[in-house]
Amino acid sequence: MSRRIIVPFGPQHPVLPEPIHLDLVLQDERVVEAIPSIGYIHRGLETLVAKREYPEYVYIAERTCGICSFIHGMTYCQAVEQVMNLEVPERALYLRTIWSEYSRMHSHLLWLGLFADAIGFENLFMASWRLRESVLDVLEETTGGRVIQGSCKVGGVRRDIPGETLDRMVGDLAGFERDFKEIANVFLRDESIIARTRGVGVLSHGDAYHLGAVGPTARGSGVAIDLRKTGYAAYGKIHFKPVVETDGDCYARCAVRVKEVFSSIDIVRQAAAKIPEGEIEVKPKGNPNGECFSRAEQPRGELVHYVKGDGSRHLVRSRIRTPTLTNVPPLVKMLAGCELADVPVIVLSIDPCIGCMER
Amino acid sequence: MIMDADQTTVIERDYLIGRVEEFKKQGYRLVQLNCTKVGETYEINYSFDLDYQFRNLKIMVDGQTEVPSISGIYWGAFIYENEMHDLFGIRVVGMNVDFGGNLFRTAKKNPFANPTFRGEEPCPGE
Repeated sequence: MSRRIIVPFGPQHPVLPEPIHLDLVLQDERVVEAIPSIGYIHRGLETLVAKREYPEYVYIAERTCGICSFIHGMTYCQAVEQVMNLEVPERALYLRTIWSEYSRMHSHLLWLGLFADAIGFENLFMASWRLRESVLDVLEETTGGRVIQGSCKVGGVRRDIPGETLDRMVGDLAGFERDFKEIANVFLRDESIIARTRGVGVLSHGDAYHLGAVGPTARGSGVAIDLRKTGYAAYGKIHFKPVVETDGDCYARCAVRVKEVFSSIDIVRQAAAKIPEGEIEVKPKGNPNGECFSRAEQPRGELVHYVKGDGSRHLVRSRIRTPTLTNVPPLVKMLAGCELADVPVIVLSIDPCIGCMER
Repeated sequence: MIMDADQTTVIERDYLIGRVEEFKKQGYRLVQLNCTKVGETYEINYSFDLDYQFRNLKIMVDGQTEVPSISGIYWGAFIYENEMHDLFGIRVVGMNVDFGGNLFRTAKKNPFANPTFRGEEPCPGE
């Protein structure tokens, strides 16, 4: 009978842009158990509510993540607006929706590139990131920032998108969609990708639901949870269906992200067609006094911002529950029983954002 | 409804396990656990969701009170319970995966229990 050994995976590893550590208990080449350790880059951002006034804290919230920063800022603002009973102008809600979807597109393209790189498909990596640049260019043009947008504020947004710019953005989406179809075709049909991902890291529907999986990790296992269906921002006025796959393997999680890029293109088109004229912000009066959980759908899944105020300029508590944190228990489950060589692909398949998780 | 209404029920710690079991039986998924220190009291929120209906249980304990783990009901709760232990020093009893204070490798023990900031006291090594 073979001996059990423990192989450390991370915190430094070629497929990990950020540090997470797994102790992999192996029997021969098979993983029997995976024990995660985090906290290598814990920043304590949540405690900064004691040092920053609530309107300023949106800058901290945005810096939780360098990929989906806009949605962090928006979700925090939603929580404060709910506590303060602020009615955000409808145009601002549509602008938030548009920027959220551009964030999703650039995040998914970033992940697709990293995923291609992890399985040794360098050319596909470059093609994905080349296309991502065009999304970042739009974010930079419309918000002023490629990575940290800074365009969301309590009560609305800081910047408007002029009508002619919006028309051009929608026009450019046709070319973007055409180029992405070529990439999507490779991700969904290439034999080498299918060989590395089909049947690998399977997470059952039941495990995905009960272990708290969110985002493409859950939807790849047939769990149709997409917080955009709650109707926050302008999503209540947009028609779309959550993208769901049922196989629960790495291929399914990849397919969800590929198809969600097309879904995001469609949402931006709808939002651009429906966006009303009008104000883009209301001025908050007073200070937040109360508590609220605000939820939104990040590229990686359900994001929760909890805020608690006591009527002063400083919040008592900000709690950020990121999707990667709640996807760790499902990751532990899907690693059990896999081959050692598949561990990097499985870890990457949940699109881990350690910076987010470490807050 | 654009946002979740705050559906919070404050309960005694002794009723926690029974209430969480009810949520599990009804098909709710665990959304998150979090802890907030208000004065010398720790508020712990347990959040659940079923078909986008958000429900929240809240217990209030002092720093010495032991809190029962819900990881026997929701396996994935261990990640939040270890986080609460490591950041706030909450004593959670019966976790299915107990990292013994080593999930978050922070320089300071229980940094959120009594947060201090640069400028208010010397940083280690200065």
